[in-house]
Amino acid sequence: MKVSSIFAAAGTLLISATMAFAQCPPKGAKELTGAGGTFIYPLMSKWSQEYEKACGVKVNYQSIGSGGGIAQLQKMTVDFGESDAIMTEQQKKEAQGGPIIHVPLVAGAVAIAVNLPGVKEGELKLTPDVLADIYLKKIKNWDDPRIKKLNPGVKLPNQDIAVVHRSDGSGTTFIFTNYLSKVSSEWKDKVGSATSVNWPGDVGGKGNEGVANSVKQIPGGIGYVELAYVMQNKMPYALLRNKSGKYMKPTLESAAAAADVANLPDNMEVMITDSANPNAYPIVGFTWLLVYANQKNEAKADATVNFAWWMIHNGQKYAASLDYAELKGAAVKKAAALLKQIKANDAIVLK
Amino acid sequence: MNGDAEITERSLGKFLGAISPRAVHHDTRVVNFGDRLFYLATQCVAFSVIIIALLLFGELVRGSWESIQQFGLKFLVGTTWDPVARVFGTLPTIIGTLVKAAIALLFAVPISIGSAMFITFYVPKWFRPIISYPIELLAGIPSIVFGLWGLFVMVPIIRTVQIWLKANFGWFPLFDGPAVYGVGVLSGSVMLAIMIIPIITAISRDILLTVPRSQIEGMLALGGTKWEAIWKVALPYSRIGLVGAVVLGLGRAIGETMAVTMVGGNSFDLIHSLFDPVHSMASQIASEFTEATYSLYVSSLIYVGLVLFGITVVISLCAQLLIWRLSKGKVAVFE
Repeated sequence: MKVSSIFAAAGTLLISATMAFAQCPPKGAKELTGAGGTFIYPLMSKWSQEYEKACGVKVNYQSIGSGGGIAQLQKMTVDFGESDAIMTEQQKKEAQGGPIIHVPLVAGAVAIAVNLPGVKEGELKLTPDVLADIYLKKIKNWDDPRIKKLNPGVKLPNQDIAVVHRSDGSGTTFIFTNYLSKVSSEWKDKVGSATSVNWPGDVGGKGNEGVANSVKQIPGGIGYVELAYVMQNKMPYALLRNKSGKYMKPTLESAAAAADVANLPDNMEVMITDSANPNAYPIVGFTWLLVYANQKNEAKADATVNFAWWMIHNGQKYAASLDYAELKGAAVKKAAALLKQIKANDAIVLK
Repeated sequence: MNGDAEITERSLGKFLGAISPRAVHHDTRVVNFGDRLFYLATQCVAFSVIIIALLLFGELVRGSWESIQQFGLKFLVGTTWDPVARVFGTLPTIIGTLVKAAIALLFAVPISIGSAMFITFYVPKWFRPIISYPIELLAGIPSIVFGLWGLFVMVPIIRTVQIWLKANFGWFPLFDGPAVYGVGVLSGSVMLAIMIIPIITAISRDILLTVPRSQIEGMLALGGTKWEAIWKVALPYSRIGLVGAVVLGLGRAIGETMAVTMVGGNSFDLIHSLFDPVHSMASQIASEFTEATYSLYVSSLIYVGLVLFGITVVISLCAQLLIWRLSKGKVAVFE
């Protein structure tokens, strides 16, 4: 008992020692430039502010979209990229600086917002196949027997379903369509998954605010929105059945649980939608930091890797207050292992 | 004086090579160095505009080349926009853009020209700025502000109107839709109309103000009513300018991006009624460009830009032709 607690204390000390050591880049690049998705932008601003306070390294992040971030990284005009989607093989091939490592930063959840007069908040239950068929326009009315069967006791109106989607290319759409492709083979064949797709139906809104407003204004509306947006605007959402058969609320905890599964691959290039964790909300995705595996500029590589290390450890405490789901358990360990592989001129950066 | 001019001209000619200032020959008064410099400066500026337009066209063709090779002219009649299957066609957005702009003109032209007439002919001089100023102020509002106002305020109102129209005139094909979304063709058109009214009004007013007072007074002296004076004298006198004002408004309507994106509904299906959600070309480019993830996708978006450029050119040519017809050939448009 005593021995084990001493071991534990020593372990904690060791960990905190390595963390403290790794917090600030020793080699002195004082400025970093990154570009990528808009989803991470509020948190990235907070991080760069805090990291400048802690280590004096100024991080300049341009939220130009995941596609733009990837393009900038491919041309090596930025020190790191950021993306809500995994780079395709073609995109990896076009990267001028060699292999790229995907380091997950946080997870984001996509909530299903609904506008059903007479139905209370969090009362509506949906299954993956019903959700897919609603978006495929096969289920057209809230009165449909398949929805009724899932919601005994809920008074569903005889109301046309107005399906709302994002009209601008976005990581949110990517995560959502990735989920639908996993749970519905028909969706996979007919529509597929990308940052924007050929939607079978109805209305496109610009940004989270566009989708949210259309859902709010159209009785019978259903739309997918970032979890943060739903929480901040107190929008009614639907419960969604996960892989283990539990109906899950979209919350930061259930989103974080989605990433806490045993079988994550070592390279972390994985979509964690439809997670096997019994407490997970199913529409969740990572957002990744993209860095070259072997970099030329040692000072920059040092600063980038240390900043990344700081983000996935110390930085996580800022995530929840800005409505992002923290990395947990296995995900942090694997992300840290990835950072330890990054080299500058063939020498490992983090020692 | 003449000799001086020749010397200047010769030395300048040597200095500037092949550029021959032909216009100066027509007007022997314009001979001193300052005038020459001014002439050359304006020439440079004029050519730079043409060169910029050509560069723009060239760059659009270069950027869209991959898509042009892949889809050719079928792009213009294709009705599928599927980034996953890598199939791109832009007919629904072309129609969406043109229909919204046309309906916007339908709303905006009577209101703008009417209010310009009111300001010019009916309002006492000291009162004019009080009415004109708010209209001009509208022209300066950024389109994102219009868009947000449209999304939060206008769309719910339009939705109420749509519900009423559908309940009472649902038999009319234009008012028939699968559901009433609020966002869509009608909202987009009204939004555009509100945005182009200030431009058309301001220009029309300035044009109507140039109608000589004597002409109108002449009509009144002959026993005409004020209505007749406006209808038979002021309007014919200024019709060319008014067409120009409308074309400028149309130009803005076709190119408008942010506000229509927010209220248009942005669907890639062909429209059947005024209530259908629809995309427009400029908003499509703006919406998808940042997340276009492979080169054919980017190229297709630039191709949409090229088509939009083409449409703008065709419209301005039509406007020139119309002006030429109206002036019965007196204004040599293509000189």
